[in-house]
Amino acid sequence: MSEDKKKQVSRRQFLNYTLTGVGGFMAAGMLSPMLRFAIDPVLKAQGGGDFVAVVEVDKITTEPQRFDFTIEQVDAWYESEVTKSAWVFKQEDGSILALSPICTHLGCVVSWEGSENHPERFYCPCHDGLYYKDGVNVPNTPPTEPLHVYDYKIQDGMLYLGKAKPREEA
Amino acid sequence: MIQKLYDWIDERVNITPLWRDIADHEVPEHVNPAHHFSAFVYCFGGLTFFVVVIQVLSGMFLTMYYVPDIENAWDSVKYLQTQVAHGQIVRGMHHWGASVVIVMMFLHTLRVFFQGAYKKPRELNWIVGVLIFFVMLGLGFTGYLLPWDNKAFFATQVGLQIAESVPYIGEHLKVLLAGDPEIVGAQTLTRFFAIHVFFLPAALFALMAVHFVLIRRQGISGPL
Repeated sequence: MSEDKKKQVSRRQFLNYTLTGVGGFMAAGMLSPMLRFAIDPVLKAQGGGDFVAVVEVDKITTEPQRFDFTIEQVDAWYESEVTKSAWVFKQEDGSILALSPICTHLGCVVSWEGSENHPERFYCPCHDGLYYKDGVNVPNTPPTEPLHVYDYKIQDGMLYLGKAKPREEA
Repeated sequence: MIQKLYDWIDERVNITPLWRDIADHEVPEHVNPAHHFSAFVYCFGGLTFFVVVIQVLSGMFLTMYYVPDIENAWDSVKYLQTQVAHGQIVRGMHHWGASVVIVMMFLHTLRVFFQGAYKKPRELNWIVGVLIFFVMLGLGFTGYLLPWDNKAFFATQVGLQIAESVPYIGEHLKVLLAGDPEIVGAQTLTRFFAIHVFFLPAALFALMAVHFVLIRRQGISGPL
């Protein structure tokens, strides 16, 4: 600790800094590829998701019905067919609403009028979560947001569903 | 900031002597390349250790993607090498590092041998070193199978035949390694994986600890 005004760096300090710097550089060169490798799943871009044919449009009624469909799922090196389902119905204005059955509370599966005590509601058996017909969660039940809505398109009289997305607040 | 954190801990648990014991020791002049450049031959042991550290780290990261199963092993290796960011580098480090370890260890052995540094009182450490050598060869052998490609499969076929040629116990030794008297397959792969990532590294760490404790106890052998 020299009281010098120039704040001289001692030989020992200089060597310490240099060695720490060089050592740190080498360690970083070694570790950074490994860390990037490890966190890759977080940084991977999400696929857009293809549309899959689900059901003929004229089978859709104003009453929500469950339709199952399979998608090709690519899970890293493992490719498989996974069954998904949607609750589909015609709304009053004639447009189609396809709701994901995944409860927004903790991920259980809801069904339309799944409980005798709750007619005209989507019901989740895990914690008695309820949703109105349009998928909006009933206040004071566990879910905190509406059921997710599938992107859809209609082609040649068939309903095609894409990815289920959180509904924007209306 | 770091200094303060260190001081806070040191004040309570007195960690300074712990690392000083490990880090503070004099390097004799004849071992210091700054005095005699030829002293670089003393670096090979440390270099071996350095590469081993790389092997351990890269290996740990590789197991985040690798699956030791005959259906998926090759696909998972292909995936981590081609689809995961820096996968080629991380696997490359492990692949090439495996060879570099053997080379460095061999040079270290040559130095100790030709300098006669294994002589009394250091015979025990020589023996430990030879055991480390065998463990390393085992790691190389078991790791070679894991990508489950053709080269790996047939190299293991050959290695198992060599094990089988050991007098008296050869047959049993082969079954023990392969997990099946006839097939080199599902059980072979899981066994080799377990040996490669758990059993041999455990043995390696224990032996390395003994190796280092002994060298600190006995000191580096004197100049020629």
